[in-house]
Amino acid sequence: MLNVGQIEQGYVLDHIPAGKSMSIYHHLGLDKFDSCVAIIKNARSGKLGKKDLMKIECDINSLNLDVLAVICQTITVNVVKDGEIIEKKLLTLPKELKNIMKCKNPRCITSIEQELPHIFYLDEKKEIYRCKYCDEKNHEKF
Amino acid sequence: MNPLDFTTEELDRLFDLAVDIEANPAKYSKKCEGKKLATCFYEPSTRTRLSFESAMLNLGGSVIGFSDAGSSSASKGESVSDTIRIISCYADICAMRHPKEGAPMVAASRSKIPVINAGDGGHQHPTQTLTDLLTIRSLKGRLGGFTIGLCGDLKFGRTVHSLINALSRYDDITFIMISPEELKVPDYIRDMLTEKGIAFKEVISLEDVMPELDLLYMTRVQRERFFNEEDYIRLKDFYILNKQKMALAKDDMLVLHPLPRVNEISVEVDDDPRAAYFKQVQYGVYVRMALILTLLELV
Repeated sequence: MLNVGQIEQGYVLDHIPAGKSMSIYHHLGLDKFDSCVAIIKNARSGKLGKKDLMKIECDINSLNLDVLAVICQTITVNVVKDGEIIEKKLLTLPKELKNIMKCKNPRCITSIEQELPHIFYLDEKKEIYRCKYCDEKNHEKF
Repeated sequence: MNPLDFTTEELDRLFDLAVDIEANPAKYSKKCEGKKLATCFYEPSTRTRLSFESAMLNLGGSVIGFSDAGSSSASKGESVSDTIRIISCYADICAMRHPKEGAPMVAASRSKIPVINAGDGGHQHPTQTLTDLLTIRSLKGRLGGFTIGLCGDLKFGRTVHSLINALSRYDDITFIMISPEELKVPDYIRDMLTEKGIAFKEVISLEDVMPELDLLYMTRVQRERFFNEEDYIRLKDFYILNKQKMALAKDDMLVLHPLPRVNEISVEVDDDPRAAYFKQVQYGVYVRMALILTLLELV
């Protein structure tokens, strides 16, 4: 069994579906981050069989976790301060996502105006995201 | 702007204004004196552009603009965001048509002046929907309590989708969707009607349902929506409304069409008093006048 030490401040993301941690790593922008990140892939899990797990040492206000719910709503987010878990965050799909995914509709204005932010809004009835400009649904998989 | 962004009460106020404009045109003939409308048409559209221009001229205002992307700075690579910032310095209000979906929304978010979506690709054409609603309300006296047949290309026709969405907010409407199998309404429309408990049925034969209809909304099968010319040729004349079919209809049924028509309404129907599609064009001018006045806060 692999042991990774405790973190003082930051996040522990548990119950990540196996294989999704690298996607989270990129979507949270951790590749551009200067602090300590531990990724455990394919750990044994009673609930899931196999799971990924991440420990991110950072200021607890420095990450936008919106994308996590889009990847998987069952991920457990533990907020750690002074070495203790102070909060377990429940993930809900955010109403709007900015520059997380790109609109693939060739007829959309974003296809020709590169500087526009790619904004998607939540179609709550169907739990899907639609482009704010053309209403096309997102097909991007995470 | 999407017609659903307006509440039904706001739409009523807009339509009341349009009705007053129709009854008292002189009262409004100088309301926009000194104001300029910019018509920014990145793709050709004779009727919609002229309707906007006519609306502004009827209000005593003036018009500037361009009628295709080739004669605008877009041909030099200028973005919609930059163009609208510049137009904002020249005009008081803008009507924009663009082949790319969402372009008028981008313009509106960067603009100091109101921007009206005059059609963005296959996405929305809100002033056509306002025109359709005003025509129905004016000629039927109500928006609700009728059976409407929608006939032709129900798959790609954005005017049909917008009209169904807009009418679904009113009471006691039955939709009869008349189309060949290949051009049926998209699933999301069917799902929306089912969710709201709105009565609808889908049929292929126009003749069979003619006696049931209070309104018939005909549409053109659009060549530009097909990838395959053979499919277009096979489906383009699937429905032709003629005198024989009109004989099956109620005496007070109305025929609407967003125009241009090709073969789907025979010219022999034009003289039938139930043919309302040319009146619809006139209502388009009234509703655009009402919209300009409302957005410029001149009423």
